Amino acid sequence: MKAAVIRFPGSNCDQDCHLVLRELGVDVEYVWHKEEYVAGYDLIVLPGGFSYGDYLRCGAIARFSPVMKAVVEAAAKGTLILGICNGFQILCEAGLLPGALIRNRSLHFICEFLNVRVESSATAFTNAAQNGAVLNLPIAHGEGCYVADEETLRSLNANRQVVLRYCNASGIVDPATDPNGSVEGIAGICNLERNVFGMMPHPERACDARIGSRDGRIFFESVLAHLGVQSAA
Amino acid sequence: MKAKVIVMPKQSVLDPQGVAVRDAVQHHGMSAVKSVRVGKFMEIEIDGEAADAEARLHELCRDLLSNPVIEDYELTLER
Repeated sequence: MKAAVIRFPGSNCDQDCHLVLRELGVDVEYVWHKEEYVAGYDLIVLPGGFSYGDYLRCGAIARFSPVMKAVVEAAAKGTLILGICNGFQILCEAGLLPGALIRNRSLHFICEFLNVRVESSATAFTNAAQNGAVLNLPIAHGEGCYVADEETLRSLNANRQVVLRYCNASGIVDPATDPNGSVEGIAGICNLERNVFGMMPHPERACDARIGSRDGRIFFESVLAHLGVQSAA
Repeated sequence: MKAKVIVMPKQSVLDPQGVAVRDAVQHHGMSAVKSVRVGKFMEIEIDGEAADAEARLHELCRDLLSNPVIEDYELTLER
């Protein structure tokens, strides 16, 4: 299995993603945003960070990076694309995922561990979890409030494209468990084809019990399982 | 040629920044201020007078300068 971690100017979670994949035995490479060819990978990760300083809107400029044309092409061919935090924002800006991420309702940058509920294990990124599983993951963002118009929301729900929602420790989703004002507590969604997945929490920061949680491994282990690859870890 | 672009959050989209500014304005003693919405204003200078400039600027506004999912834009050209 080959994976690429895309590096934009301002990416800052690239090394964490690289490390997790390497520890699972994946052949993983960094790909600079100026690359025009991104072929031969089974998984492409758009990591978190502040690409292009978040100027204009988060992800708005990264979306026009040379590499993104290749990412859009790879997505159309069925390559697995995982966008984390800023990566999720870039996927929305690029139109690979519907909706948008705007300023947190509280206006605060929020950096904390919280719980999310797996709404659909029927994706390449969540098949190792049960539907309804509660995962403890960190978030770290100022613009994570997911918005979409009613029609988009209806189709996201109808097609089981909502993959993660913010919840409490017992898995209950309500406005009090929503950290940033996201509509219906949405924390992660996939496209209709289910090969492009974006999430605001950081699974790569929750892959080692020594730093608080191992729940993030599920996303990477699911990808390996989906591709029929044995994990080295 | 000069272009001016105003980008505003759509009415249907929550604008927490606008709410915070409105609250600050009210604390300043202007309780009559009902609402504030915060957007962006961009000035663009363009060489020459290309015939298709307006159409291309609209394209630019839709693709890059605004996100039609959450924002509306207004473009004015000064020749």
